[in-house]
Amino acid sequence: MKANTQAAQPVPGRKAGTNRFWFVFKQQKLLYLMSMPFVAWVIVFQYVPLWGWTIAFQNYKPARSFFEQEWVGLKHFRELLQDERFYLALKNTLAMSVMGLIVGFTVPILFAVLLNELRWKKFKSLTQTISYLPHFVSWVVVAGLVYKMLSLEDGGLNQLLMWLGAIDQPIQFMAKGEWFWGIVVLSDLWKEMGWNSIIFLAAISAVDPHLYEAAKVDGAGRWRQIWHVTLPGIRAVIIVLLILSIGNLISIGFEKQYLLGNHLVVDYAEVLDLYALKYGLQLSRFSFGTAIGIFNSMVALLLVFTANALFKRYSNESVV
Amino acid sequence: MAQSKPYSRLNVSDRLFDIGNVLFMIVVLIVTLYPFLHVLALSFNDSVDTVRGGITIFPREFTLENYKVILTKDSLLTAFVVSVSRTVVGTILGLIACSMVAYTLSRRDFQARKLVSVILLLTLYVSGGLIPVFLLFRDLGLLNTFWVYVLPGMVGAFYVFVIRSFMDNLPHELQESAKLDGANDFGIYARIILPLCKPVLATIALFLAVGQWNSWFDTYLYNGSSPHLTTLQFELVKILQSTQTSIEQARFNNVAQQAQFVSPDSIKMAITIVTIVPILLVYPFLQRYFVKGLTLGAVKS
Repeated sequence: MKANTQAAQPVPGRKAGTNRFWFVFKQQKLLYLMSMPFVAWVIVFQYVPLWGWTIAFQNYKPARSFFEQEWVGLKHFRELLQDERFYLALKNTLAMSVMGLIVGFTVPILFAVLLNELRWKKFKSLTQTISYLPHFVSWVVVAGLVYKMLSLEDGGLNQLLMWLGAIDQPIQFMAKGEWFWGIVVLSDLWKEMGWNSIIFLAAISAVDPHLYEAAKVDGAGRWRQIWHVTLPGIRAVIIVLLILSIGNLISIGFEKQYLLGNHLVVDYAEVLDLYALKYGLQLSRFSFGTAIGIFNSMVALLLVFTANALFKRYSNESVV
Repeated sequence: MAQSKPYSRLNVSDRLFDIGNVLFMIVVLIVTLYPFLHVLALSFNDSVDTVRGGITIFPREFTLENYKVILTKDSLLTAFVVSVSRTVVGTILGLIACSMVAYTLSRRDFQARKLVSVILLLTLYVSGGLIPVFLLFRDLGLLNTFWVYVLPGMVGAFYVFVIRSFMDNLPHELQESAKLDGANDFGIYARIILPLCKPVLATIALFLAVGQWNSWFDTYLYNGSSPHLTTLQFELVKILQSTQTSIEQARFNNVAQQAQFVSPDSIKMAITIVTIVPILLVYPFLQRYFVKGLTLGAVKS
């Protein structure tokens, strides 16, 4: 029955005029019902906070309505640019995100290439499976493990270094500011290396095996095969992912810095988001905190554009 | 280039390469696994004995006491229940929301398709930031409620696009014939499309569940003053920070104060294990899905 009525209706494409929209709308009302509530959802939770950027230009008082707020222009931004700690946070943010991008991008490629060269398949899949594992545990757990491994009394690294005779005295890694950037970047690498290599491995498996045969016949050793066959073979994927991870520079985040940092290394651990949390939210200086947030977004955008421009300049590929 | 190399010499260097490679991988395995095994060993070790140090990957004085202590602690029990509930509710709601929106986007004839895509796409690039979001949640009355965990992140644009691209690859004829059989749009989604999307839904479910289970910052920011809404990860953060306090105080050698703040190491490690185990239980079942999913993505791009 229902099928009949549907078939009897004119096909939307044939019907012209202003009624067409409402006609299709009626026909697709279920599709609208399935998507519009969620669109409203997204607007509330993702777009409304953008409107909140206006409070960076006010002396925001929570008790007042929007029209009663006192507008102060760029006052909070000027205050921000005069604060020494802001520049510290900016420096740390830039340093850790750039170091993280370089290390966090190249090592997984290397790891994937070397995994691919393993001949014993069982060992290969075991290594692969285990290497994903840290990706799934939280930063809280990872920070706990890092503290444990680097601790003074019972830390695995100190024990190893003492055993090797590299040091006579255990080092208090977590209390030394100059180690902090390295610790953040390396623990990030520990957590994500295996996971980030999945996609490169997949790309490598798509490389034509005949190319390896041909390279072997030409007398290429393993390193030469990697250099002349594997890496060029996954070049396209590398470039796509590089662009994507440059895009991810936006989400520098602060989880690692918050969890791994402590008061002794604060001069190296404070990033822009933490700065906003500490000097904005926790002190209820909402306007100042929002100004930091806006600045953070601007820095992120700047990073992306700079990276993208450099990339365009030094590679022959045309991207974005 | 290297045409003239004798085959036998090449073979030796090949073998050296293989040996070096295997050794490297063994180092990677040890570096990855050792911290987990060490923590596991500590969690099963007598907490007084642990202080003596020197434990590697086997407990020296085996005991279940640490687990007994944490499993009878009220705050941790609450935290466990809240963590499990937010994971289950958040995953289910997220899957329903994301797959439903994805289905409407996969329908090429859907009028509002472009509009919905653009609205979702922009959210990948812009966000309001810490304080505007906090103020919004306050105005919506979400602070100090369970819902702040599951509602804001329900529609994830990235997940919607992943599910949608999977749906795009399903044969279109299925929907046509279902329509002829009298199914409406919702029926097609629920009875035809969803069952076919199992692999991608399993992958997204894993991502959603891991995200829910692992997050702590929302607890800290929005529910920090509601002890009945605490989560396991947040309890772990509090314990971790007590460790940091001890590092700072180590400078002053104030032993009495240290002892007051720091719970025994073995108990900390037991909590760590409790927060890891659920992930370890789910992970092997879903692994084949996400590896396949990501692999397909790579080959396509």
